[in-house]
Amino acid sequence: MLYREAGQFKTNYVADSAIFPLREDRIGLALIILAAYALAFLGSSFLLQAVLIPFLVFSLAAIGLNILTGYTGLLSLGTGAFMGVGAYACYKLMTAFPGVNVIVWIFVSGFFSAAVGALFGLPSLRIKGFYLAVATLAAQFFLQWCFIRIPWLVNYNVSGALDAPLRTLFGTPIMGPNATPQTRYLVVLTIVILLTWLASNLVHGRIGRMWIAIRDMDLAAELMGIRPLQTKLLAFAVSSYYCGVAGALLVFLWYGGAEYDVFNINQSFFILFMVIIGGLGSLIGSFFGAALIFILPIVLGIVLPAMLSPFGLSVGADVIEHLRFMIVGALIIFFLIVEPHGLARLWQIGKQKLLVWPFPY
Amino acid sequence: MSFRKLSLGLAAVTMLAGTALPAFAQDSIYVPLFTYRTGPFAGSGTFIADGMHDYLEMLNQRDGGIGGVKLVLEECETGYDTKKGVECYEAVKGKNPVVVNPWSTGITLPLIPRASVDKIPILSMAYGLSASARGDIFPWVFNPPATYWDGLSMIIKYIGQKEGGLEKLKGKKIGFIHLDAAFGKEPVPLLQELAKDIGFEVALYPVAAQDMQNQSSQWLSARRDRPDYMIMWGWGSMNGAAVKEAVRSGYPMDKFYSVWWPSEDDARSGGGGAKGFKMLNWHAVGTNFPAIQDIQKHVVDKGMSKAQKDKVGELLYNRGVYNSLLIAEGIAQAQKITGKKAVTGEDVRRGMENIKLDAARLKELGLDGFTETLTLSCADHNGHRPAFMQEWDGAKWVKISDPIEPMTDRVKGQLDAAAKDYAEKNAGWPKRTEACDKAS
Repeated sequence: MLYREAGQFKTNYVADSAIFPLREDRIGLALIILAAYALAFLGSSFLLQAVLIPFLVFSLAAIGLNILTGYTGLLSLGTGAFMGVGAYACYKLMTAFPGVNVIVWIFVSGFFSAAVGALFGLPSLRIKGFYLAVATLAAQFFLQWCFIRIPWLVNYNVSGALDAPLRTLFGTPIMGPNATPQTRYLVVLTIVILLTWLASNLVHGRIGRMWIAIRDMDLAAELMGIRPLQTKLLAFAVSSYYCGVAGALLVFLWYGGAEYDVFNINQSFFILFMVIIGGLGSLIGSFFGAALIFILPIVLGIVLPAMLSPFGLSVGADVIEHLRFMIVGALIIFFLIVEPHGLARLWQIGKQKLLVWPFPY
Repeated sequence: MSFRKLSLGLAAVTMLAGTALPAFAQDSIYVPLFTYRTGPFAGSGTFIADGMHDYLEMLNQRDGGIGGVKLVLEECETGYDTKKGVECYEAVKGKNPVVVNPWSTGITLPLIPRASVDKIPILSMAYGLSASARGDIFPWVFNPPATYWDGLSMIIKYIGQKEGGLEKLKGKKIGFIHLDAAFGKEPVPLLQELAKDIGFEVALYPVAAQDMQNQSSQWLSARRDRPDYMIMWGWGSMNGAAVKEAVRSGYPMDKFYSVWWPSEDDARSGGGGAKGFKMLNWHAVGTNFPAIQDIQKHVVDKGMSKAQKDKVGELLYNRGVYNSLLIAEGIAQAQKITGKKAVTGEDVRRGMENIKLDAARLKELGLDGFTETLTLSCADHNGHRPAFMQEWDGAKWVKISDPIEPMTDRVKGQLDAAAKDYAEKNAGWPKRTEACDKAS
C-alpha cells in the first residue's frame, strides 16, 4: 500500500537510471543506515563486538568476492589469502609508519592485496571455471605458506602472531585493547558503507557492465571491444582490494590479534558460501549471505537453549553446536532448492509483490 | 513475506538476547569453560573438557562449592576455532567470569591484550604465549606449570643423561617434528641455540595444520636423514598420525620423544609398535587419588558427567582436572586474601599470584603425589616446574624418570627477550600497575 510506484515520474535520464528509483527505497535505505548508526549507542557490547562488527567485515569480504565471482564470473578460492595480504600489509605499514593515521593504512593495505590478486589473476585469461578455482587455490596455499615462513611479515614476533597496537582517531582509541566496541563498530560501519557505495557505483557503471559482459559471454564481449585481459585483471584487483580491507578490519578491529591460521582455506569457503547463498551478482545479497552464514548460528546458539529448556531438556554446549550445524546446513539446502539465485532474488521477488499488492499482478 | 520484517525480527531477537543475559546472583562464582567437543581437535578436547568440568562439579557436590560459594559452570563450545573462541569470550564477559581458559593458543593471543582492560585473568595452562610467564609484564596472564622452552630443555637434558652427559650429544642428529604454527615453532630458536653450544645437529620437519593427518613425506625425510632422536611438538590429530607414521617407517620408538600433549589414544593408534614412545608429563595418570575417587563417587556415578567411566583418570582427563585444580586454588586463595566470599576476576588474579600448592596442601585436597608442588608469585606466573618422562608400554603410560628440572639459565634469556620484545612491539603496552601481595 505504502510501497508503490504510482505518482513518481521520471523526467530525465538521471532519474531513470538511478540505482534506487523509488522514493520508498531511498527512505528505507536512509532508515537502515540511521538504525545501523543508532545501534552503536543502543546495542550491548556483545551485540556490537560478537555480532555486528564481524557481520560487517564478512559482508565486505563477500562484496569483494561477489565482484569477482558474481559479476565477472571468475571462481576464486583464494579469498582467505587475499584477506591475509591486506592484514599483513596493514600491520607492516602501521608499525613502520606509526605517525600516519591507521585509517589511511587500512585503505592503502587494500592496494597490496589488489596487486597480489591481479598477479594471481593472470591465469584467468587462459583458464576458466573449476580450473581457475584450482589456480586460485594455489594462491591460497602459497600465500599462507608466506605468512608462516616469512618472520619479517610479523616483525620477527616470536609468537608469530599479528597484534593490534594502540591507534587513535581524533584522540579516541579505535584499535588495540582500549578501544571500545562502540568506536570500533562506528569505524567499521563507516568504512563498509563507504566501500559499498563505491562498489555500487562501480558495478552499475561502465566497468560493471564490462564485467557482466565478460561473465555472460566473454567471446561476444571481446568482439564488442572489451579487452578481456584488462577487464579480468581489474576485477581481480578490485575484488582483492575489498578482501584486503576486510582482512585488515578482521584482524585489527575485530579480533585485535590473530595467527596466520585465520586466513586458511576454510575462510575462503566461508566467504564463498556467503556469496552463493546471498546471491551471485548482488551487493545486498552479500549482506544477506553474511547474515545467514554468520549471524544465524549465533542466534541459534542463544535461542535453542531457551527454546528447549521449557520442555525440561537441558542440552550441553556440544549438542547445541551439532544442532547449529544441522539447522544451518538444512537451511542452506532449503534456500538453494527454493531459490537457487540466492536470498537477493527472494528479496527482489518480495519487493515486486509488494509493489503490486494487494493485486496478484 | 518481507525479508525486511524477517531481518528486523532477527535483529530484535539478537538484541534482546544480547542485553538480557541472565544476571547471576551475588552468592555464586561464575566459571566459564571453553571447550571443544566438536571439530578436528575434539579427540583431545572432549577429555579435557570432561576433566575440567567434573573436578569443579565435584567441589560443588561434595563441598557446596569453594568456601561455601557455589560455582556456576557454563561450557562454551569453541571447536578450537579462533572466531568462535572470541565470540565465546564476548558472550561470557558480561557475566563476571573469574577466569577464562581458552584452551587454544590461537584464542589466547587475541585475549591477552584484553585481559587487563576487562579485568579477567587468563589461565593458559602450559600453552599460549611463553613470555607471559613474566608476571611483571603480563599481570593478567598465567601459564603454569612450565613453558614450552622449559619442556624442550627437559627433553634435551633427559636425552643427554641417557647418553651419559650433555656433551656426549655432540655430533648427534636430533629431528624436530612440529606443527607449523606459532605453537610448534616456539621452541626452535632455543633448540638451535642448544645445538650450537653443545654441538649437535638439528633437522626440522614442519607439519602444516592442513596436512596433520598425512605426514608420510616428513617421515620419509626422517628415514633418509636418520636422526638419532626425534622430538615432537604436536596437538590434536597430528600426534596420533605421527606415532602411526613413525611405526610404519620403522623409526625406533624408544628414541621418539614428545612434549606433554599426546594422549593414550594417540599412542594406541600406533598399534603394538608404539611401545617405547616417551613423553613429558607433570601429573599422574589413573584414579588412585582421593579427589579423583570423589569425582567418580559424586559426579560420574550420579550421571552428572559426560565422561565415559573408563576414561576417567586417563591422561587428558587428569590434565583437565589439573587445570581445574588451578582454577579452584586461585579462587580459594582469592577468598583467603580478600575475605570476600563471592570473588571477582580482580581478586582471582591476586589469588593466582598466591597459589602455593605444596605437598601438605595437595594432600589436603586429596591429590597427594598427583603432581609436583607449584608456587606462583607476582613476578613468576609460570613456576617453571620440572616434569617427568613417561613411556608407553603398549597399554598404558609408565613413569620412567624422576622429575627433570628445566635448564633455567638457558630458558630465562629466551623468556626475558621475548617478553621485552612483545612489550616493545605493542607500543603503549601498559606498565604493571597492579600491586603485589605479600606472600601469605
